[in-house]
Amino acid sequence: MRAHRQVWCLRGALTLLVALAIGAAGVHAVDSVELPDPVLQARYLALTHELRCMQCQNEAIADSPVGLAADMRRQVREMLLAGKSDDDVRNYMVARYGEFILFRPRFSLRNAWLWLAPLLLLMIGVAVAIRIVRQRSALVSQDDAPIEEEGGAP
Amino acid sequence: MSRFVLPLAGFIALAVVLAIGIKHAPEKGAIPSVLIGKPAPAFTLPVLSEGGRMVSSRDLRGRWYVLNVWGTWCATCREEHAFLLEIQRSGQIPVIGLDWKDDDAQARSYLQQLGNPYEIVAVDREGRTAIDYGVAAAPESFLVNPQGVIVFKCIGALTPEVWQREFAPRLPRTASKS
Repeated sequence: MRAHRQVWCLRGALTLLVALAIGAAGVHAVDSVELPDPVLQARYLALTHELRCMQCQNEAIADSPVGLAADMRRQVREMLLAGKSDDDVRNYMVARYGEFILFRPRFSLRNAWLWLAPLLLLMIGVAVAIRIVRQRSALVSQDDAPIEEEGGAP
Repeated sequence: MSRFVLPLAGFIALAVVLAIGIKHAPEKGAIPSVLIGKPAPAFTLPVLSEGGRMVSSRDLRGRWYVLNVWGTWCATCREEHAFLLEIQRSGQIPVIGLDWKDDDAQARSYLQQLGNPYEIVAVDREGRTAIDYGVAAAPESFLVNPQGVIVFKCIGALTPEVWQREFAPRLPRTASKS
């Protein structure tokens, strides 16, 4: 009888999970209208997922329910319908809000430090680690050497 | 002893670099405006409660002004309102209002109830001008010089502290006379 109850609990949990997943998918459909051209719509979705909602900084304007995000989505939509390129849209937003509005900062001379510094630190760390390991193994082989080599007081 | 020098120097160098980075980091997610030093974006918008009259950014050239982005739906704007009235009463510099994504009737009654610090209120019903100004939330205030260049942007409420620290030092002394 106990096993029976456990099975039903599991089924209930799974049903709840599936229901939540379906519900969660609905949350992402913030726009009620799609662009007529599927190519434009695809670009629109891609761009609105690249752009940060400046009010809730970890959400993309694609997902954010706030008014500012809706205004920015409208701007993207209008620019795409006017024949602007993806880069035009990015440049427009960056000119007004700075590079921070892009989730993925673009590689430029200014950003080079942002991208290279961690790599540099990693390389330095690896070099130091290698050096320490080599020193340690040198010490180990010293210990193995005959004792007569050491002379007098240190 | 000498084998400690290089790693120690490296550690100190890293600590210094990180300390500089932390000191210059924008506080609590407030992003410094990329528009500072750039011309204030042009706009032509309807004036609140003046029929068909329009105001454009070009009309504001030739003098210092504060452009204050606000809305009746914005709680912090209410807190800031008293200080805006002080600025207006001091006659030091005009405060231009940008009524963002708001309702005209509510805006009128808000200003009637709380007092009107604005020389003129431009109505940005659709939020396009706000996006041009890189507005992320209300309130935000821009200090613009007579050449129409944005000299400073205050993110959040304009308080006496921010005024003393950021606005007053950027104003020429003669501006306090006008």
